[in-house]
Amino acid sequence: MRVDGLFLVGLGIFFAIIGIVYWVFSYEDGGFLMLMGSALLGILPGSYYLWWARHMKPQPDDDPDASVAEGAGTVDSFPGSSIWPFILGAGAFFATLTFVFGLWMAPIAAALILSAAIGVTVESRRGGAV
Amino acid sequence: MTTIIERPDLIGPEEPAGPGGHGPVEHRADDDGHHAGPSGIVNWLTSTDHKVIGKSYMITSLVVFFIAGVMALVIRAQLASPTSSLVGFQTYNELFTMHGSLMLYLFAGPFAFGGLANYIVPLQVGAPDMAFPRLNALSYWLYLGGSTMMISSFVVAGGAASYGWTAYAPLSNATNSPGAGADLWLLSLGLTGFSAIFTGVNLAATIFYLRAPGMTMFRVPIFSWNMLVTAILILIAFPVLFGAVVLLFCDRHFGTHIFSVQGGGVPVLWQNLFWFFGHPEVYILALPYFGMVTDILPVFSRKPLFGYKGMVFATMSIAALSTGVWAHHMFTTGVVLLPFFSLLSYLIAVPTGIKFFNWIGTMWGGQLSFQTPMLFSVGFLFAFLMGGVTGVLLASPPVDFMTHNTYFVVAHFHQVLIGTTVFAGFAGFYFWYPKMFGRMLNERLGKLHFWTMFIGFWITFIPQYLLGLDGMPRRIADYLPSNGWTTLNVVSTVGAFILGASFLFFFANLWVSWRSPVAAGDNPWDGGALEWCTSSPPPHHNFTHLPPIRSERPTWDYNHPEHRKVHRAGEEPVPDKETVHAGVNS
Repeated sequence: MRVDGLFLVGLGIFFAIIGIVYWVFSYEDGGFLMLMGSALLGILPGSYYLWWARHMKPQPDDDPDASVAEGAGTVDSFPGSSIWPFILGAGAFFATLTFVFGLWMAPIAAALILSAAIGVTVESRRGGAV
Repeated sequence: MTTIIERPDLIGPEEPAGPGGHGPVEHRADDDGHHAGPSGIVNWLTSTDHKVIGKSYMITSLVVFFIAGVMALVIRAQLASPTSSLVGFQTYNELFTMHGSLMLYLFAGPFAFGGLANYIVPLQVGAPDMAFPRLNALSYWLYLGGSTMMISSFVVAGGAASYGWTAYAPLSNATNSPGAGADLWLLSLGLTGFSAIFTGVNLAATIFYLRAPGMTMFRVPIFSWNMLVTAILILIAFPVLFGAVVLLFCDRHFGTHIFSVQGGGVPVLWQNLFWFFGHPEVYILALPYFGMVTDILPVFSRKPLFGYKGMVFATMSIAALSTGVWAHHMFTTGVVLLPFFSLLSYLIAVPTGIKFFNWIGTMWGGQLSFQTPMLFSVGFLFAFLMGGVTGVLLASPPVDFMTHNTYFVVAHFHQVLIGTTVFAGFAGFYFWYPKMFGRMLNERLGKLHFWTMFIGFWITFIPQYLLGLDGMPRRIADYLPSNGWTTLNVVSTVGAFILGASFLFFFANLWVSWRSPVAAGDNPWDGGALEWCTSSPPPHHNFTHLPPIRSERPTWDYNHPEHRKVHRAGEEPVPDKETVHAGVNS
């Protein structure tokens, strides 16, 4: 956890530094803003990880001497096969095509996306914590 | 159905089941076929298993690769003679646009981070699946939708997009590029961009949270490390591309003037936005393939990787620097900060040089065996070195002013990208194919594939450097006999067809392996990473048990207990926790 956090924060700080250098020498807004966005992308999740690394008990995947038995317990729960990603993807496909071929495609897209949203929710409730 | 994975299932025997060379094979009877879900097309449509999705990604992206490859051959055939009329000028523009777009957006990236990484990363870190399996499936469907959209744009009125894969404004506005093909191109990038973002999130979460006990960050194999860094780059770059595409779409249809001078917009802003995506994108395409080569070289050199941490930090610094060099594609616009971008571009050569040093250090003094994956990896080293050195040349503004928009640049980036995505990509494919399908590929056909491709590759692109230095511009559909470019173009075309023909050996190889399979076993190459300790192909949720993880080569340690711990002179061997807690594992 700590290494992951440092990795992200380090990248973020680097972007912040070159962003400021870039701004000082060029006064160009677009690149400066994008570099600052990249800096935040590193610093925000990275500092969140670092905060957790201080507050949670040490994890077996960060312990170089951990035995496989120490990782006992629930790893995670994984959904089995599900048709809803396909339906949602098809909905996104038609929603995108609406912009080219006209609004008549919008109801198809909306129906697919809504049914997928409902379907995934129901599936997750039925299957337990996801 | 939701499956909750409990780790006690994964505790395996302490010592290898058999003599070294094959992984710990002791599957429990109830695990085989226990989770057998639907099969056939229903399985393809509904699976959330990272292995099925990874294979779907790989097959789709290889289909895209061959479509785009045929386009390249048509382009080369057109250029083989001056004033050629094989295809019309508009068709030619569509062909080179779609060749670049398909190769860059829909083959090179998805083959690595959607295909091989999806399959291999959870295996390498000891995870049962990707962190968000349904999101993973969604990103495949978005990718398939985007690919279909882009390829099918050939059949709409007005034809496919014809403004080059970079879509520079104002060429890409509604006046200069009317028609649905250009719109489909933009929207397809939107869909595949989201697909890449979702995959990036998934990879990062998998590597951060689902590592096996003992698999600390600095024991994660380099391929997975590179995929983590690639995932971060995806999260930086693709949202910018999506934003730029939306803005361009608004310019084309909703009357905004963001990239047009008439309405007070700034056309160069498109280049800034595009290349802020585009240059990290080059490393999104390259880093996964560096990772594949870094995993392959130690296996065929019979040595541990030389400079593991150096590799990790080199990858990180390449990623960090690549975000600050976008405007080296814009030197000739005259409005960019030349020293800043030139300096940062030169700096990238340093971590890349470290990587080369470590790759050579890994092979140095090893027992090299040149099986097909190793041949392709060494081919990558040559190809990428040439592409990289000419890249350093191009980072110098005076040289760039002279060669910008010539075939020199075309040759440079084809050598970089074919070196990484094709040579290293096929190295990875030949390396992990036994793991994915449980059968070997034929060595003789694989070597024929390599050598024809390697020879064709150099014959194709060396003449293009010379053509570029002679002033031949890129993206032209014809030229005059008096230009004196004919001979070199003919040589380049011959090379391209040799390169294309090499894939016949690849198809033959797949066919042979399909018709008369040779069983691979769990660990045909005596690999060291965790993916080689499970069966080929792996069972549902990947592992029936895990070996103790004490180094970045847990499977090697397990299969070769005589080399398990490397001690400094004078140190007493430290007993493993496993040995101490052996009773737990009964």
